[in-house]
Amino acid sequence: MDLTQSFSSLGADIIVSAPLVLTMVMGLVIVVLDAFRRNHVATPWIAALTLAFGLVMEITRIGAASGTAYYDLLRVGGMAAYVNALIFGSGLLTVILARPYLESIGHHIGEVYALILFASTGMIVLGTANSLITIFVGFETMSICLYILTGLVRTNQGATESALKYFLLGAFATGFLLYGIALMYGATGTMYLHEMQSAVGDHQTMFRSGVGLLLVGFLFKVSAVPFHMWTPDVYQGAPTPLVGYMSTASKSAAFASLILVLYLALPSTQWIGVVAVIALLTMVIGNVIALAQTNVKRMLAYSSIAHAGYILVGLAAGSPEGYSGALFYLLVYTVMNIGAFGVIALLEWDGTQGSEQSLDSLSGIGYKKPLLAWSMVFFMFGLAGFPPLGGFIGKVAVFGPAIHSGLTWLAIVGVLTSAVSAYYYLRVLVVFFMKESNPDVATDNITFSVPGMSAAVIVLCVIMLIVLGIVPTFLDVTASFFDGNMLATLP
Amino acid sequence: MNASTLIPVILLLPLAGALFCGLVGLFVPALRQREGLIGVVGTAMVIVPFLAVLYLFLNFDGGAIVVEFYTWMAAGDLSVAFAYRVDQLSLVMTLVVTGVGGLIHLYSIGYMHGDPGYWRFFAYLNLFIFAMLNLVLGDNLVVLFLGWEGVGLCSYLLIGFWYTDLKNSAAANKAFIMNRVGDFCFLLAMFLLFRELGSLDFDVLLVQGPSLDEGVLYLTVFLLFMGATGKSAQIPLFTWLPDAMAGPTPVSALIHAATMVTSGLYLLARFSPLVLAAEGIMAFIAIIGALTAIMAATIAITQNDIKKVLAYSTVSQLGFMFLATGVGAFFVAIFHVVMHAFFKGCLFLGSGSVIHAMHDVEHQLSQKLEPEGHTGKFDPQDMRTMGGLKKFMPSTRITFLIATLAIAGIPLLSGFFSKDEILFRAFESASTNDYGMLVWIVGMVTAFLTAVYMIRAYVLTFEGEPRWPKADTIQPHESPWTMTLPLWVLAILSIVGGYIGLPGVFAHGDWNLIHHYLGESFGGPLAEVHGEAHVALSTEWILLALGAAIAIAGVALGWYWYSKHGPAFDDRLRSRFGRLYRAAEGKYFVDEAYEKVIVKPLIVGAEKGLAPFDTYVVDGLVNAVAFITRGLSFVLKYIQTGVVQIYAMAIVIGVILVLAMMMFG
Amino acid sequence: MLAEYGPFFIQLGLAIVLAFAFLKGAALLGPSRPNRIKQMPYESGMDPIGTARTRYSVKFYLVAMIFIVFDVEVVFLYPWAASFERFLDAGVGLEVLGVVTIFVIILAVGLVYDIKKGGLEFD
Repeated sequence: MDLTQSFSSLGADIIVSAPLVLTMVMGLVIVVLDAFRRNHVATPWIAALTLAFGLVMEITRIGAASGTAYYDLLRVGGMAAYVNALIFGSGLLTVILARPYLESIGHHIGEVYALILFASTGMIVLGTANSLITIFVGFETMSICLYILTGLVRTNQGATESALKYFLLGAFATGFLLYGIALMYGATGTMYLHEMQSAVGDHQTMFRSGVGLLLVGFLFKVSAVPFHMWTPDVYQGAPTPLVGYMSTASKSAAFASLILVLYLALPSTQWIGVVAVIALLTMVIGNVIALAQTNVKRMLAYSSIAHAGYILVGLAAGSPEGYSGALFYLLVYTVMNIGAFGVIALLEWDGTQGSEQSLDSLSGIGYKKPLLAWSMVFFMFGLAGFPPLGGFIGKVAVFGPAIHSGLTWLAIVGVLTSAVSAYYYLRVLVVFFMKESNPDVATDNITFSVPGMSAAVIVLCVIMLIVLGIVPTFLDVTASFFDGNMLATLP
Repeated sequence: MNASTLIPVILLLPLAGALFCGLVGLFVPALRQREGLIGVVGTAMVIVPFLAVLYLFLNFDGGAIVVEFYTWMAAGDLSVAFAYRVDQLSLVMTLVVTGVGGLIHLYSIGYMHGDPGYWRFFAYLNLFIFAMLNLVLGDNLVVLFLGWEGVGLCSYLLIGFWYTDLKNSAAANKAFIMNRVGDFCFLLAMFLLFRELGSLDFDVLLVQGPSLDEGVLYLTVFLLFMGATGKSAQIPLFTWLPDAMAGPTPVSALIHAATMVTSGLYLLARFSPLVLAAEGIMAFIAIIGALTAIMAATIAITQNDIKKVLAYSTVSQLGFMFLATGVGAFFVAIFHVVMHAFFKGCLFLGSGSVIHAMHDVEHQLSQKLEPEGHTGKFDPQDMRTMGGLKKFMPSTRITFLIATLAIAGIPLLSGFFSKDEILFRAFESASTNDYGMLVWIVGMVTAFLTAVYMIRAYVLTFEGEPRWPKADTIQPHESPWTMTLPLWVLAILSIVGGYIGLPGVFAHGDWNLIHHYLGESFGGPLAEVHGEAHVALSTEWILLALGAAIAIAGVALGWYWYSKHGPAFDDRLRSRFGRLYRAAEGKYFVDEAYEKVIVKPLIVGAEKGLAPFDTYVVDGLVNAVAFITRGLSFVLKYIQTGVVQIYAMAIVIGVILVLAMMMFG
Repeated sequence: MLAEYGPFFIQLGLAIVLAFAFLKGAALLGPSRPNRIKQMPYESGMDPIGTARTRYSVKFYLVAMIFIVFDVEVVFLYPWAASFERFLDAGVGLEVLGVVTIFVIILAVGLVYDIKKGGLEFD
């Protein structure tokens, strides 16, 4: 084996993956800083600046041709840059929203920011992975950080319960993922996604069961039915702005990786059926159970399950059109969900991260907090998929390709369940605006303080949501990732 | 600076103004009373675009410029871009919209003074300008339709501006609903064009449209015309416009006289190659136009509300324009649109100035009468209680007189040239079609009636002795300069405007500037009839003289009758014409007929047939679905036990499902 | 394809059969004279007294985890050290040393954090 050239491209690789490297290094810096200066005031700013830098870097590279780094283990540029930008953007907004929130619940500790940075690192590795090894490393880095963030409020029983459940089930699912990776490697003798299809040879059965198990791991992460059951419990117990982060960034990363795996490893005819069935289950169960929820965070948890279903519809189309639709949907979904959780975070009063306050306790809040409530109007209408907001275009972008691929029944179910979803989304608005404030819970005496930065983030989300709805050129951007042969850029 | 930088400025400034006025008013109640700020911003956001349009107009080199911003939507074969078209037609329309619009904004600063909804008014008005600009500048039918609906919405909002009075809300609803009928036809026309030609861009439609199958082409043009009848208040959809006078007077001037109601004409003019190719429909358009013109003119004679007179006059003049369209003289129609914007804008603003003054009279009156224990009912818009205003309001009177003479068609004023050109074209077309002579005769009669009812309005308002109660002590005042300045500008334009379209008797039509600018044969966008039999020069002179004579006769007779007898002359007319007069006074009972034939049966049908169907079948189904879904939800909820082993069990089931499908699926 | 795994299945079957055979065989063949001492669970030679559900400090786990982290570090470093000579021969010794240094630094950061936060202090 010739090792002479093994480091020749290391410098270039570090440069093209600078945001990733920087995020990790700054995470370590925060760890050290926190060890010596507990909860230093600069900590959130370091994290925010790092994420902002990454965001800007990646946005500028969305247009660039895609390539790989570190011996083809990671992808850079193009779609990878888009996914990374999503992760950085989501992280950045979360950091800004989380700082005042964590202060208000008395858990403003420096590690949170280190963990967000590490989780972002993991997500990026996962979302841009080109090899089964990097998928696993990214997957685990991300998951472990998220387990800890879930149980951040150690003193609260609900939160620790959430974290433990998440950890146990996560470990369980990771087992399947790892087993899938082993089978895939066993069948092909390679870890690289782009080499698999040609290397399968006779071991079809083994390979396909490997892909199936890998799929299970991913479906768990994106909380698809029936791997979704952890989601409501975890979302309910975890600190609210961080739920926004978990539900968006980790989904972006997992879906991006799943798209690559499915796109590169197997011809679509072999997995369309299973993805379509899972999508169907996810949309139906997610939306139907959401109807019965009285807690806003649980409701949003089921809503996020349902949205995973919509995105899976785009994947089930099995065409570049569907993948680009799904990627676009992730962007819209990130904006809507971070905004919605941000608003809910600012309207919390029960001291248990909103896990015990019912929706009805926020009756009539629309007149007390018009900015938050009106922003919520946009987020709810966006999530329900009303035109002209981004949510509508997103749904068109995933359902359309499904119809083109002959999955009309799936699109019909999607549209019907979206109609069902309007019920519980609009109920939030009914409670906010059309009900008298509830005398039993004395929210009248609570002053919900809205920090300027948080308000700015929420308004930004609203604006983004509108822009995404009326300027559909973003869809062309995601479509351009699948122009020509994506494989051509690889060795 | 070129079109692609100026067009965003022209379009977005009014929108910015609307947002500013609206948001400031909505969220900063303290600023609502800052009339100066809101008025100046609102007006500037129209004046600046006007200057930009003027710049474009002066630097226009004759070739249509299309400015495309971005693709708005693309689905299948349909691709719609936010694209705007700068050509002769859109430039003329844009100049009118922003120019007259700017003047009316300026006027509104004074007129709306003290109204609690001041900010709302300017927000709506700016929004209207934005929508109207979309309508006239759009390069495809979708953008045009966006503007079309936008102006409809603003019209609705502004008619019902004083919404606390239910009468106004009803008028707004009427306008909106009647327009729906027209809009529906317009939409059908759009669908048809898209189905046949696969595009909605003007470039495609105008080139390929005329060669469509005859049946399709006829249907399309017919539907477009029906769309136009809604917006431009023609038979059968005209009854909303007189009711629309419930809105503030500047609104009547801007929306319901100068700009929005002419958008139907713009639509037909834009599609002139298609219209010209559909000859049968052209006859239909001409006859409808002529009928509307004479019908509205007869009603106008019988009205006592000054704004109603002007409203019916508008309907009548729009009929004239459609008449011109129907005989293939599109550029003349647009010429009359522009002239009409000047003199009718001036008339409406003048009437607003009068009403403003009469409100003052009403106010003083109620103060004086209160000690005596009774407050007389006083309508500030009723001409029977006006009279003799000329000594109190000199500027308003002079400008109103100029505009009255212009619309009456007194020679050398603007209306003379445009109206005469319409009638001449109708006469000329009679040599190649069967209806030209008919519409010409109707047009001549209407021209006479126009002169009579307009001079009636003028005389009753300004001449003679004051007729309001206690006229010896109560005196109205002239309006402030922000209101009279627009009046003067429009009056001067009503005098000189007509010289851009001198008739063919001079230099064989070479001095008809607007024809040279808009006409197809001179490189403009408006199609023209080819191979017309030429009318002898002497005939042209005779027709010109005839038109002048009719106008002068109408003015002279009207002046004589009404200055001698005052409002009492109407009673003479009533006894002289009996039934006919009463029919006209009752607006030919069109509203009543609609009520009987359409509204009543619909309501009854809905109550008897649809309501039970809706309650039991539709609602029943919906409720059943909702009930089942909710029930399911409450059942499924119990799977979510919170016990982690069960969650893991679900995962295992999922794994089996996935693996089975992967292996065997 | 399954045929390839034939020997594997035979092996698996044999293992299961043998395991049961030995257990059952011992029970059948061996003499059985139970008494109290014999029936007590075996606990490293100590008498199992008290409840099995005693709590003890979470620090045990912390120490154990940290131990594993550095144990794994050694596992990674050993093969690296063993093959370092080949890297030197290939002329990339410095770079390889750099990479490993980064690895150690990352772990060291963890250690520093652990010490500063009092993770190694028993109180």
